[in-house]
Amino acid sequence: MHVVYPVVVSALLFSIGVYGVLARRNAILVLMSVELMLNAVNLNLVAFDVWLRDRLHGGQVLTLFVIVIAAAEVGLGLAIVLAVFRTRRTVDVDRLRALAEVVRAPDSGRPDGEGAS
Amino acid sequence: MTAVVALIVLLPFAGAAAGLLATRLGTRDLRTRDLRTGDLRTGDLRTRDVGARTERAVYRRAAWFAIAPGAVSAALTVWLAAALARGAGISEGRFWSGLLPGRAEGTLTVVETGSVPISLTLRADGLSVLAGILVVVVALAVQVYSVGYMRDEPRYPSYSAFVSLFTSAMLLVVYAGDLIVLYVGWEIMGLCSYLLIGHWWEDRANSRAAVKAFLVTRLGDVGFLFGIFVLGTAAGDFRIDAVLRADIPRGALVAATLLLLAGVAGKSAQVPLQTWLPDAMAGPTPISALIHAATMVAAGIFVVARLYPAFLAAPPTLDVLGVVAAVGMLGAALAALAQDDLKRVLAYSTISQLAYMAAALAAGSDRAAMFHLVSHGAFKALLFLCAGLVIHHVGSNLISHMGGLRTALPVTFWTMTIGFAALAGLPPASGFFSKDAVISAVEHGTGPAQPFVYASALLTVGVTGAYAARAWLRTFFGPARIEPLAEPPPGVAHVFDGREAPPSMLWPAGVLAVPALLLGLAGSAAGVEVEWGPAAVSLAVALLGAGIVYALWRAAPEQDPARLLGPFRVPCERAFYVDAAYAALIARPVLRLARGVVRADTRVVDGAVRGSGRATLGLSGLVRLAQNGNAQLYVTGLLAGLVLIAVAAVVLT
Repeated sequence: MHVVYPVVVSALLFSIGVYGVLARRNAILVLMSVELMLNAVNLNLVAFDVWLRDRLHGGQVLTLFVIVIAAAEVGLGLAIVLAVFRTRRTVDVDRLRALAEVVRAPDSGRPDGEGAS
Repeated sequence: MTAVVALIVLLPFAGAAAGLLATRLGTRDLRTRDLRTGDLRTGDLRTRDVGARTERAVYRRAAWFAIAPGAVSAALTVWLAAALARGAGISEGRFWSGLLPGRAEGTLTVVETGSVPISLTLRADGLSVLAGILVVVVALAVQVYSVGYMRDEPRYPSYSAFVSLFTSAMLLVVYAGDLIVLYVGWEIMGLCSYLLIGHWWEDRANSRAAVKAFLVTRLGDVGFLFGIFVLGTAAGDFRIDAVLRADIPRGALVAATLLLLAGVAGKSAQVPLQTWLPDAMAGPTPISALIHAATMVAAGIFVVARLYPAFLAAPPTLDVLGVVAAVGMLGAALAALAQDDLKRVLAYSTISQLAYMAAALAAGSDRAAMFHLVSHGAFKALLFLCAGLVIHHVGSNLISHMGGLRTALPVTFWTMTIGFAALAGLPPASGFFSKDAVISAVEHGTGPAQPFVYASALLTVGVTGAYAARAWLRTFFGPARIEPLAEPPPGVAHVFDGREAPPSMLWPAGVLAVPALLLGLAGSAAGVEVEWGPAAVSLAVALLGAGIVYALWRAAPEQDPARLLGPFRVPCERAFYVDAAYAALIARPVLRLARGVVRADTRVVDGAVRGSGRATLGLSGLVRLAQNGNAQLYVTGLLAGLVLIAVAAVVLT
């Protein structure tokens, strides 16, 4: 099998993941899209490992690592989502804007910078 | 012998250091104890007594610190003069080698500067010992006099310390063997002059006068310093001997001497930098006697005499000096005739007399200039000390407040009469001989400006006689016009108490009267011959001037004889509006420029700083719009950037 098939599949998977991360509003679906991207990478790693006939199978080993990390990441992410839902009653990414810069009234005449809060 | 010279210079310096640092040592705990044990305001008698006793102890100690080193210095100077008189020195062809043939020179250390080395050299020869004797004697007299004059002065310790410091600096100038060393003393003198003019700084006019004196002399000193640099680099050495021996190209020599002349004009209050000296009379009268009449203002003349071979080799400089002197002597004498303030009369007369010395130098006779310098130092210091006695008695500086003091102040009357006789050039006082030497030197001068200078000098002799007679008559004769003042403002001495001054003030005046009277005879004994023809002419002119004033005064004793100037009087009183012209031409434009610079500073420089801050804030406000808390927007930005970089990498490689 030519390497281009798995690569195209993984590119499609990755693009779907990117779209999901950028466009979905539900935090759980965003996490799932991240999983899609990771797995696209995994597919790439395995495909190139086979295609290049790597004797040490570094691609497959790395894939195992990525799967472990992805599992941990998802566990952590879901926990955060759960915590957010408990406090805010929503997991809508668009409405979670606590990181935004609080815009105060401009302090005229004082040349010192205003710290971000 | 160099050690003695160094000692002469350093002793007053040690006195100054001790006066500044040690006068109140050990008295502090006494005073704080006073403050703790009693309240001064309620008049606890015992406490007040202790406080006054402490003050008196401080005062006495400061007086000792001031007088003792000066006295030792004077004694050492006399010893030095005796040693030089015995010495069989090298004949240098200068006039003092006939008088005091010996010479001594010693270098303490040489400072390597990378180019022309500076050597800390002291030298003593006839010229420096002549000037040195004048300095130590007048300084000692003034210190003793100040003990009485500044009796109730809380800042007496610092005052006497500054006088000592000044004495030391002037002696350094006199004995310097290196131009840079000379310049060090020169600048310290300027500093002391500034500090002492502003002694009563509570009055704003006094501190302004001090600042004016400082700035005007500094203007000349810039030229002076550059003149030293030109001489030093042209000669490859700063030592005076080497400079005078070096073969300097004529152009460099003329440039250097003209630059030096700027410093001389500043220090010796010659045209066009003469305006600071009359204002400098804001200082205490002993200071006027020491610094602004006898010694510091003569330093300019002394420096020209010291470097005289260099000046002789640059005739254009001597011509400039002659013209400056001719203008200065007549103008200042006319201004002196119209002044009402006794000290300002003497100040203008100082400018005029210094111009005499400059004229003698310009005519090629440093011997006449130095002779007049020494005799003028003696009689002008005497006149100022006597003026201080009169002012101390009357409580006012104005001649129109004086009159009829002959009987009340007999000692002052006689000593001041000697001073005025010397000033007007009447025999046998010293001024007659030295002025005659100057005038005959000017008469024999060969420069192109000499006829002009000679005419000006003769006219000035007449005007000098007139203003001396006017001040003398208005002060000591005629109706008494004393009005007791209630409370003396700072700057004017004391309330009228009807008695003559204490002996500590009378003695110095009496002692100075001796050289003022006899120095001329000593000078003629030492080889300055009198030319009786010109002497008779100038004596007749002086008597004519004095006679006109006497006739006018005789006609109306209560009126000012200065009315003989007629409509010309007001310009004379204002010193021909030179001050006003300088204010309009220089001071005010400079102030306007300064204000413009301040405005430019706040608007442009500070504006740029504040503007950059404001611009940064505005830009960051724009960028801040992107930080809206939506994480997906951030990721989109990240991706866009990544795509851009990838595209760029592909396109550019």
